[in-house]
Amino acid sequence: MRKIVALGLLLALTGTLVAAATAAPRKDTTLVVYSGRAESFVKPMFDEFTRLTGINVQVRYGDSAALAATLLEEGTRTPADVFFAQDAGALGAVASKGRLAILPQGTLARVPARFRAPGKRWVATSARARVAAYNTNEVRPSELPSSIWGYTHPRWRGKVGLPPTNASFQAMVTAMRLRGGEDRTRDWLLAMKANDVKFYSGNTQILAALASGEIQVGLTNHYYLYQLKEQRPTVPVANHFLTGRDPGALVNIAGMGITTASSQKAAALRLVNFMLSQQAQRFFARSPGRAEYPLAARARPRPGLPPLTRIQGAGIRLGSLGPQLQRTLRLLSETGYTR
Amino acid sequence: MTPRRAGGRRAPLLLAVPAAVTAGAVLLPLVYLALRAAGASREAWAILDARTARLVLDTGILVGSVVLMALLIGVPLAWLVTRTDLPGRVFWAVAAALPLVIPSYVAALALLGALGPRGLLQGILEGPLGVERLPEIYGLPGAVLALTLSTYPYVYLLAAAALREVDPALEEAARGLGRSRWGVFRRVTLPALRPSVAAGSLLVALYVLSDFGAVSLMQYPALTRAIYLQYEALFDRDPAAVLALVLVLLTALVLLGESRFRRRARYHRATATAARRPQVVALGRWRWPALAFCAAVVGAFLALPLAVLGWWTWEAIPLGRPIELAWRAALNSALASAVAAAIAVAAALPVVFLSARHPAWWTRLLERASFTANALPGIVIALALVFFGARYAGPLYQTLALLVFAYVVRFLPQALAASGSALRTVSPRYEEAARGLGRGQLAALWLVTAPLVRPGLLAGGALVFLSAMKELPATLLLRPIGFETLATEIWTATSIAAYSQAAPSAFLLIAISAPFVWLLVGRRGAELASPG
Repeated sequence: MRKIVALGLLLALTGTLVAAATAAPRKDTTLVVYSGRAESFVKPMFDEFTRLTGINVQVRYGDSAALAATLLEEGTRTPADVFFAQDAGALGAVASKGRLAILPQGTLARVPARFRAPGKRWVATSARARVAAYNTNEVRPSELPSSIWGYTHPRWRGKVGLPPTNASFQAMVTAMRLRGGEDRTRDWLLAMKANDVKFYSGNTQILAALASGEIQVGLTNHYYLYQLKEQRPTVPVANHFLTGRDPGALVNIAGMGITTASSQKAAALRLVNFMLSQQAQRFFARSPGRAEYPLAARARPRPGLPPLTRIQGAGIRLGSLGPQLQRTLRLLSETGYTR
Repeated sequence: MTPRRAGGRRAPLLLAVPAAVTAGAVLLPLVYLALRAAGASREAWAILDARTARLVLDTGILVGSVVLMALLIGVPLAWLVTRTDLPGRVFWAVAAALPLVIPSYVAALALLGALGPRGLLQGILEGPLGVERLPEIYGLPGAVLALTLSTYPYVYLLAAAALREVDPALEEAARGLGRSRWGVFRRVTLPALRPSVAAGSLLVALYVLSDFGAVSLMQYPALTRAIYLQYEALFDRDPAAVLALVLVLLTALVLLGESRFRRRARYHRATATAARRPQVVALGRWRWPALAFCAAVVGAFLALPLAVLGWWTWEAIPLGRPIELAWRAALNSALASAVAAAIAVAAALPVVFLSARHPAWWTRLLERASFTANALPGIVIALALVFFGARYAGPLYQTLALLVFAYVVRFLPQALAASGSALRTVSPRYEEAARGLGRGQLAALWLVTAPLVRPGLLAGGALVFLSAMKELPATLLLRPIGFETLATEIWTATSIAAYSQAAPSAFLLIAISAPFVWLLVGRRGAELASPG
């Protein structure tokens, strides 16, 4: 017993010492970033930024929604200077509570108007499109409907997968509501269900199910395919882009904002601007395993991707989706998608 | 039996104050939820509707099924490895506890990889047998399977700790009175197991209520999934808090059920000879079915997930990706978890001593209240500590100290359950005897009772350690920046579907946990196995 207590005390002491060491005050030009984007997607660019500017970057990686909630709970006491989020909703939630500062026009103007926050408090750094990814062994591309409304056809019975709890999918349903109306969207959701649509917890699960042939078509974002191919180059999966103003062609973004609490806004702005530079944009768009749409510095998307000008989504501004989401969620819940 | 009030004395302050502090810390998440819910708009409250009732029902079905499975697996396993001449007992004793360190989302991923519609098993069966479709795994079956994997070790570890401490004299006496072996088990051993089985089931139920990873991947409509959805889709903390309060109510029901069940337990050992070893039951020809049972459990819940992870690594080898072992992260995980385990056990002791030796409404409430937070999803606990940490802990915020504190808050109930169930088998008479010999009450506790409950304390420490090793939501939000643990390494890889990179960290997690498990639960088994 005594030994256990002694051991416990020793461990507690070690813990305190380590804590004291890690709590040491940080150097003055160190930026703290909360990143909802995965480490492998962004870390090389943070390193590059530090190399070029001498400004250190400490990154807390996590889930965009959890980090947004964290920023809101921390309020003015947040240690974060920059929020790098995986989608517009998370940025909008933090901005709407006044936790993100207004960005200068020079930064905002680097990207097309539809990729800036309506209130100027965040800017998109890259974009992704909704697609119908398909298994190339089971489906000929000519068979695939060019509109999201077409996937209720009996040909696809039990063959389509989608992620009902995923934010991008829900944004697409919002676009469908705004474009096609409440009733048409409800009918589509019910018809998909009647057609034995399969639910998955996320986009990566959909890609895995496509690769194994569990399903033939998956409603997902375009770049997961490139991520998967990086891991397993021979998977029989390809993307089918829904183009034009079809709501199935919704474009979502990853973006950045600077916290109002930051005491290093100038350095933070340099980081935001760097992510919009040619170097970072090329990295997001063209480096191995990555195929996002670049938005600034005239960087070009990966060959084979249709240009963004052809993917208008529903012509919807992402920053305006937030207030609509509550109703989308209710619709998804009523039709049995999320409960 | 209502434990006797220790000489009718008032609870010593030396116990009451630390117990109150501990309960206060564990209640922080509830205070946070209350604050959030109090400030919530009418729209946020509107989330409670008919569908919420359905969610509660579905959640209840899941909890009931998993608890049943955990009992059916955990109790027989515990008996086999502690009381019989089962071949390879120490191996089984350690291996059967290890699924506890597999994070539930990894377990669910691996089970889907093995048993999913186009998983490994189907691939194997398709060739020779032409099996084109396996039974549906999504929904209840998959969720029950994955959660059973993650939780049966609670029942198993606590039951095994209790079995080691059951007074052999009672069993021998019953045998002497002509009871059959089964009769002895039913009339003596099983009732003696009651407190620990109740505590184990409670931990299983709380875990199932709080889990998100498995229900999300298996697409089961549990309350936690609905809570996460509020954060994920709306970035709104208020409706999430309202739903979480429903979860708290459900937890209160579970706690009530457990105390009812436990209160009917009447068992104290007759003597204080903790070191006496019970007779070893010779299995005879029953050894083969017993071995098959152990192999099936360890095979399905440890070997199968490991095989799937191994398969994913193997697949990645032709790509020439280096396999890196995250030693630094492993060290971080082990350090933070060990400190948390030690503190949790130390913090649990005053609470359980008070509730067992000074039963009053407030001591019972303290103990019960300490359990409620354990049923909350990790994200709620993490955000509660973000809320209080950023406001009131200033320089400690996002340091290792706060992370360890978060582990203690989240997993204290496991230490409570283990030490509480152990303490309830020790009669207060020994302390009274020690006091009669002139010792103070605390000295009596220390000298007489503490050694008797040691296996329970060790089991509690093991539970907290293993749970903290895999903790993710609080770790992501509260760790010092750059402080990687094995759980965060696994998450980093799985979040971009790089399963082959997740596998080495998962193996490391299990490899590092194994010696701790052996130290805590296997060693006494080894003593038992050696002659003499």
